[in-house]
Amino acid sequence: MNPIGLLLIPLLTALLILLAGRPQQVRWIALAGAVLQLGAAILLYAAYINGDGTGGPMRLEYRAEWYPDWNIGIHTGVDGISIAMILLTTLVVIAGVLVSWKMEKLPNTFFFLLTLLALGAYGFFISLDLFSMFFFLEIAVIPKFLLIGIWGSGRKEYSANKLALMLMGASALILVAMMAIYFTAPVGMRTFDMIDIVSTGIPAEAQRFIFPLMFVGFGVFTALFPFHTWVPDGHSSAPTAGSMFLAGISMKLGGYGCLRAATWLMPEGAREYGTAIVVISAVAIIYGAFATMMQKDLKYLNAYSSVSHCGFVLLGIGLLTKTAITGAVLQMVSHGLMTALFFAVIGMIYERTHTRQLDELGGLMKVMPFVSTVMFIAGLSSLGLPGLSGFVAEMTIFVGGWERVSPVYRVSTILAAMSIVVTAVYVLRAIGRTVMGPITKTEYLTLTDAGWHERLAAIVLIAGILAMGIAPGWIVELITPGAQAITERIGSLP
Amino acid sequence: MMEPGLYHMLFIGAALFFIGIYGFLTRRNLITILMSFELILNSVCLNFIAFNRYVWTDKMDGLFFTVFIIAIAAAEAAVAIAIIIHLYRSHGSIDVNSAENLKH
Amino acid sequence: MPQTALILLIPLLPLLGFLILGLFSRRISGPLSSGIATSFIALSAGLAILLAHGYFFEWGSDAAGFRQIRALDIPWLIFDRDLRIDMGALVDPISVMMLLVVSVVSLMVHVYSSSYLKGEARIPVYYAFLGLFTFSMMGLVLSANLFQIYIFWELVGVSSFLLIGYYYQKPSAVAAAKKAFIVTRFADLGFLIGILVLGYEARSLDFLTLIERLTAVDDPDFQALIAPSFLGCSAITWGLALVFMGGMGKSAMFPLHIWLPDAMEGPTPVSALIHAATMVVAGVFLLARLFPVYAIAAPDILNWITGIGVFSAMFAAIIATTQTDIKRVLAYSTMSQIGFMMFSLGVSGQGGEAGLGYMASQFHLFTHAFFKALLFLGAGSVIHAVHSNEMVDMGGLRKQLPVTHLTFLIACLAIAGIPPFSGFFSKEEILMAASQRSPWVFGAALFTSGLTAFYMFRLYFRIFWNRPAGEGHGHGEGGAAMVLPLTILAAATVLSGFIPFGHFVTSDLKPLETHLHPAFSIAPVMIAVLGILLAARFHKNASDRAERFAASLRGLYTAAKHRFYIDEVYLFITRRILFNGIGRPAAWFDRQVVDGLINGAGTATLALSHKIRGLQSGKVQQYALIFLVAVILLALAAISRWT
Repeated sequence: MNPIGLLLIPLLTALLILLAGRPQQVRWIALAGAVLQLGAAILLYAAYINGDGTGGPMRLEYRAEWYPDWNIGIHTGVDGISIAMILLTTLVVIAGVLVSWKMEKLPNTFFFLLTLLALGAYGFFISLDLFSMFFFLEIAVIPKFLLIGIWGSGRKEYSANKLALMLMGASALILVAMMAIYFTAPVGMRTFDMIDIVSTGIPAEAQRFIFPLMFVGFGVFTALFPFHTWVPDGHSSAPTAGSMFLAGISMKLGGYGCLRAATWLMPEGAREYGTAIVVISAVAIIYGAFATMMQKDLKYLNAYSSVSHCGFVLLGIGLLTKTAITGAVLQMVSHGLMTALFFAVIGMIYERTHTRQLDELGGLMKVMPFVSTVMFIAGLSSLGLPGLSGFVAEMTIFVGGWERVSPVYRVSTILAAMSIVVTAVYVLRAIGRTVMGPITKTEYLTLTDAGWHERLAAIVLIAGILAMGIAPGWIVELITPGAQAITERIGSLP
Repeated sequence: MMEPGLYHMLFIGAALFFIGIYGFLTRRNLITILMSFELILNSVCLNFIAFNRYVWTDKMDGLFFTVFIIAIAAAEAAVAIAIIIHLYRSHGSIDVNSAENLKH
Repeated sequence: MPQTALILLIPLLPLLGFLILGLFSRRISGPLSSGIATSFIALSAGLAILLAHGYFFEWGSDAAGFRQIRALDIPWLIFDRDLRIDMGALVDPISVMMLLVVSVVSLMVHVYSSSYLKGEARIPVYYAFLGLFTFSMMGLVLSANLFQIYIFWELVGVSSFLLIGYYYQKPSAVAAAKKAFIVTRFADLGFLIGILVLGYEARSLDFLTLIERLTAVDDPDFQALIAPSFLGCSAITWGLALVFMGGMGKSAMFPLHIWLPDAMEGPTPVSALIHAATMVVAGVFLLARLFPVYAIAAPDILNWITGIGVFSAMFAAIIATTQTDIKRVLAYSTMSQIGFMMFSLGVSGQGGEAGLGYMASQFHLFTHAFFKALLFLGAGSVIHAVHSNEMVDMGGLRKQLPVTHLTFLIACLAIAGIPPFSGFFSKEEILMAASQRSPWVFGAALFTSGLTAFYMFRLYFRIFWNRPAGEGHGHGEGGAAMVLPLTILAAATVLSGFIPFGHFVTSDLKPLETHLHPAFSIAPVMIAVLGILLAARFHKNASDRAERFAASLRGLYTAAKHRFYIDEVYLFITRRILFNGIGRPAAWFDRQVVDGLINGAGTATLALSHKIRGLQSGKVQQYALIFLVAVILLALAAISRWT
């Protein structure tokens, strides 16, 4: 199966949405498209497992010429890491479409943009060529700007601008790094094709310069400290599905890029800057967790916790051991699922109570048992309860981190581990204030519980969380060869 | 009386050109600006003709260019006047400074 | 192996109950849910008894003592070649003993709850949580892998959270649930890092392999392992100390005990199950599980454990004498008794006669589970009858609650260490082990058992004797479902002391002969009787003797009544230091400084563009002039260059 087939589904869905007239049709089209994407992703997974006869970690490759004068081509292929990311994306897309079921403002455009964003994400995850990777990255950025700017709430213009500008700035760094890689190679060898770049290699002194550009560029997408400030504003202003896509898909583009375009292509650079990345991420993890503790708005709370959780992704990447990188990918999947779930729940609560302030909420368990239970599950996954996805990811990173003996790494790992306590504090605070305790306002007594589409959205995400938390074996097995391919290039570590 | 030579022609061409430039830069009225512009074009035509007549008598390129410019100028004037008339209808003025909707 | 299915069914039945009740909690009525849950757990308890019988008497032992059997080995999460979490079931004397305790006490609590909670909302949810807890606790005791035990450890913690917060609309219950979870989470952080250290050093997370590698005294690598490496201690020592920290949190050892008294906000049967008999002894169990490593690789940690155990036991006993909420008294008494188990492990050695303390601590764990569950369920009956936790609302209840009275008395005698009740036997062994090790520990333990007798009988007299607080409330005992568990547990309390425990559970899996020394027993029993008499004098009849005595103690009494202000210290640390000192500045720094820099970059760009935007005036003629001047200049430049 050619992974490009995966792109056709969102493309067709988007076209059909443009052609369709009534909102009722549009949402069904979007949902059907999302379900088909999941089906295609599962087929892709099966095709990957069956292998293409090469036996290597990178499978189902496909090459085509695009602009031969500059040696720009289309090169797609998947390894386990891409498959994991694609599966995550499909689940978030289904849930995102379902929670937006009752969208009243410009539904056609809304679902079109959601589908477009998904298209960009799939294209990004299957690209093995820096040029097309960049192309799809940009496709995924623009819809976010519009989603926040048009359907957002609060200071939406400010947030949309901030997000778009910071991400565009990051894209500029990535572009420069891409060009630098291209032009560092001697004439005739110049290419954007990652497989070719890996086989020829980039000179070590060039990596010293290019790696930070590439890593910071993608790092901004995944809330690299101190370029994370678009996260709280962007998430809190975005509509529910927008937040879910932002946290569940967009931030993962960054983590995947850090891994694929920075660490894989430039192992020397990764070795050089690994320690710095680890220290910064460990600080960001604990700092983000403490900042989360003080938030009063549910969306801000979850956005800040994303900063802390995404710190684990970067920490895992910076540690450079096979286990830690596997953990980083696990954390991406896990964080994508649980944050999307959390945002979905916050959206459900906000839709009914019209507030997201912790002080104004309370006792929702009595009137909304389903929503409250989902919030419990999202929270428990966030604080790393075994049986849910967060535990598997975090523990893998910790074990991987402990394999690095040097005190800097040990201290950073301990620092990161300390966040499990702070996380427990803020998660329980949020849950305790919103769903437990006495009901704060009498009008809450008449609120209704989740509708079928909201239930389905939550169940899809929870199924993902449980599939990873109860039986992590399959996904670890899926990811490990890819992680190993990356660490093999890095070689032995101090 | 002296036969008019190349230099006379070039002098008149240069004078027309700078008169046109002056008008183009200083006038506010779009019609006047258009007229100044026509002057500039005509000065160029004159130079083409002059060079053709005095320097490369065996060639016709200058003539062709001149005819071409006249044709273009006619078309351009028609378009320009159409724009000016629309501007007048929408803004009630043909002052260049009045058309600043796209500024900022 | 035929037993595998049997062993697996024991924890999986409660899990099944949890799933059924959890998924269909809205559709199942309260009585039906209690019936489902109880039948599942009854089956599970039956199987546990079968397993215990089979293991201890039929197939569990060979010539060298009891075998440690890996009944199950499923790869679950593979970190790398050596470090992996395999879900296993390790069957050995302590896990079988714990399975028995957990399932039996859980069954009693299930039966009792059906009457105790009659009329409450959300009963299916309650039973679902109980099932989840029972499953997790059984998983914990069966764990064959260090990480696996951590997994169930966390699950136990969260089920405890859910059950304490069962009355979720009560702010105090929510606060207590959060406190319990967060304090134990903090301890678990230590546990987690300890796991990382031990796993890394031993290159394995599997218990049997890990213990084997870390106790291989003859191995040349072993000396390197126990060589001091960080701050004067070996990595193993650090790892074990951190693992013990996890145990301290769950087992409410000083200074991580503060969650336990608050946890009494949960329904009383829950307190009986989780916060008396099973979960709180998880720390003791963990220590026992890793005991060979402690005893051989890091004996200095055992001294610390002894110190913390003795201190916690005495500290909690002193506080217990001053509390007026009967459940809090029981909570502190639990903490005190766990202190006994802890220091008993601390004074023990590995193997043979030296392992007496190990055996004694497990024995006490076993007997304590029954009599403490009995005490809590008895207290539950009392609370059920008077609708209050406070002693002032009680008094003279012995006529109204005859069965409760009798069973409570039995449990009080057991915990006080009066023969022939079970507590006497296990406490004797602990005191014996302590006396062999250090007179100080022995003295402190003796003093604490006197205090134990005093505060337990203070409780007893205040509830069942003394002045009746109010007119008859009309509530009797809550029917057979409440009386039956009390009776069964009372029977267990009376009988369990006569089990020759040393034949079954020892540090080296070989039988250990223990003998009663009547001469040795005189002092502890005398002290216990003294405590009882003192309590009778103060509290049997209404009088102000107790108040006068308390007043004469002044500061000490006030401090103990305020639980030595430990909660206030914690509040200070969390509110002032963590929230105001770190959290608020971090949030402020992020919004103002980090985000300020980003916004500042935006503002600077905007300001710059304001400055230079005059260049783009939009005036055609201005552009034309600039264009003209530029063309002329270029022309001049070109001319001057080419000529």
